[in-house]
Amino acid sequence: MSGFSVTEPSNRSKWIAGFLVITYALITMIPLVWILLTGFKSPADAISYPPKVVFDPTLEGYVNLFTTRTRQTQEFLEANPPQNWADEIVRQYDMVIVGPSKFGERFMNSVIIGFGSTFLSIFLGTLAAYAFSRFKVPLKDDLLFFILSTRMMPPVAVAIPIFLMFRNLGLSDTHLGMILLYTGVNISLAVWLLKGFIDEIPREYEEAALIDGYTRFQAFYKVVLPQAATGIASTAIFCLIFAWNEYAFAVLLTSANAQTAPPFIPTIIGIGGLDWPAVAAGATIFLIPVMIFTILMRKHLLRGITFGAVRK
Amino acid sequence: MAQIVVKNVKKMFGDFTAVRESSFTIEDGEFFMLLGPSGCGKTTTLRMIAGLELPTSGEIYLDGEEIGQRPPSERDIAFVFQMFALYPHMNVRKNISYPLISQGMSRAAVKAKVEEVAGILGIKDILDSPVGGLSGGDRQRVALGRAIVREPKAFMMDEPLGALDAEFREHMAEELRALHDRMGATTVYVTHDQLEAMQMGDKIVVMNNAVIEQFGTPQEIYDKPATMFVADFIGSPSMNFLPFQGKVAPGSEMVRLNGHDEAVPKLMEAAEGDLVFGVRPEHVFLSDDSAYRAKVLAAEYLGTTQIVTLQSPNGELKARIDAREVVNPGETVGLEFRSPAVTLFEKSTGRALRSALNDEVLSNG
Repeated sequence: MSGFSVTEPSNRSKWIAGFLVITYALITMIPLVWILLTGFKSPADAISYPPKVVFDPTLEGYVNLFTTRTRQTQEFLEANPPQNWADEIVRQYDMVIVGPSKFGERFMNSVIIGFGSTFLSIFLGTLAAYAFSRFKVPLKDDLLFFILSTRMMPPVAVAIPIFLMFRNLGLSDTHLGMILLYTGVNISLAVWLLKGFIDEIPREYEEAALIDGYTRFQAFYKVVLPQAATGIASTAIFCLIFAWNEYAFAVLLTSANAQTAPPFIPTIIGIGGLDWPAVAAGATIFLIPVMIFTILMRKHLLRGITFGAVRK
Repeated sequence: MAQIVVKNVKKMFGDFTAVRESSFTIEDGEFFMLLGPSGCGKTTTLRMIAGLELPTSGEIYLDGEEIGQRPPSERDIAFVFQMFALYPHMNVRKNISYPLISQGMSRAAVKAKVEEVAGILGIKDILDSPVGGLSGGDRQRVALGRAIVREPKAFMMDEPLGALDAEFREHMAEELRALHDRMGATTVYVTHDQLEAMQMGDKIVVMNNAVIEQFGTPQEIYDKPATMFVADFIGSPSMNFLPFQGKVAPGSEMVRLNGHDEAVPKLMEAAEGDLVFGVRPEHVFLSDDSAYRAKVLAAEYLGTTQIVTLQSPNGELKARIDAREVVNPGETVGLEFRSPAVTLFEKSTGRALRSALNDEVLSNG
């Protein structure tokens, strides 16, 4: 490599670009790092000012997140020695662990509702997008516009009608209700994104499969679906992120039974004073599933975003 | 292997007529070309035979069985697409085995059959490669492999050489024709390239504007065009058209072209008014004896022959003559036409007048 090239960026611009990207990445990561670190701080360290960057890490926040505790008398504490490391941590406040907190349950609710609605959105969205892309649907353009119009206002704008509908239908505070609600919000996004991806797949592939002796439906799932995998993966990420992070409807429509993690985490604050480490621990654990899902789909996501830019 | 009969087939897309009532017969084992400019309905006709489009009306018979409204999977017809349409998520072997898997053939039988086909096409060494990195020629061979592997009754090919480089095309055309001769399968081939059609086809259908203009062997189509469109579309340079005012009756063997008598094949019908004298460039000769004069505009040297462009009293025309003849632009020369090869057309309809030359061909079309 020598000399000047028009298409190849110079080393200097590569360095500048790299520096800018890394700086930007670090800035966006600061809140995440903050939450991650706070989860391992003691309550005193968490609220100290100026903020402590170097501190003694403790699992107190995580123990508080997953357990419920009661304060006990000295006699009781002396009569019952701590049974494990978690017990030992809470003893410094003269407390004992009396059972698990609701966090595990809420977290599972989030998993069921988040992944359930994502699956349903993608399933229905793919079928609808395929139909819009390939068949003569009467009033196709109007229908597509109508589907999109559900996105033209913040979903919470319809909170009150939905609240009343859910109460009358018995869907309030149920997993099914929340799955249906998030699917309803996500499906417009899914149909539009997936239609774009499926439009890009040449019809000849399906026609070849028809000629090769397959039915229309076999051609769809054996030939079109594998081709649309990229689009499906990136659409799934967007759907999951919405359903996973949704707060307003979750607060409004769920309580004892189907409450998801986002409305639950802030309630930790009230249990034993301002327990920031426990909140941070909850947020950290809450991030993990989406992070894993996104990393698994990352290859597809990058291809998905640039899809169509380069002719295959 | 099969005979295909297309009978009064018509296709509408909404208000648009893609193919007007068309009928023709493809005999068993024929290499049959559907030729025409883009948008003329040739691909739609092919897709109707394959079952990818259903005819609006009319019947299609495959070996005597009416299949016009059946789905493609029930027709036993293979299709080679212009862009090949190889399944991109499968390797070469899986692509070729795919039609066999749908028939529920056993794994061992599929493997043996795929190996056999790969041997015929010379692609054994790439069987396990992904289709993404293949060259155009290899993709073409894989697409052919997928078509021939299940030994269908007939092959449909939609401009299969259209996506290949020019230099490779000719080679692949020979390969295709050789493959056809070896398998003896009925093949319907769509192209807009008249040279390809002449070179490869046993029979040609020329289509234009949703209508079949002519149907016959390459020689018939070239020498005895039924319409001005066919005469113009086939051949390079195409047939010369010299418009003139005249009157002919059955039995006439002369027409008056700008005051000169020119011999034509014996006519079998009468016509009057605006007529066209059609003659191919290779049937135009320069002759000092002739009274029909024209001015040389340009000469294109092509090695063995040269194409001379001339300005005659009836308009511009081209002559293909021996390259050794000396012609200078600007000079005036006499022209002679090889009269048995002349076709007269009616200008308003573009239809060829029946004569001793084309009577037999026109009466069966």
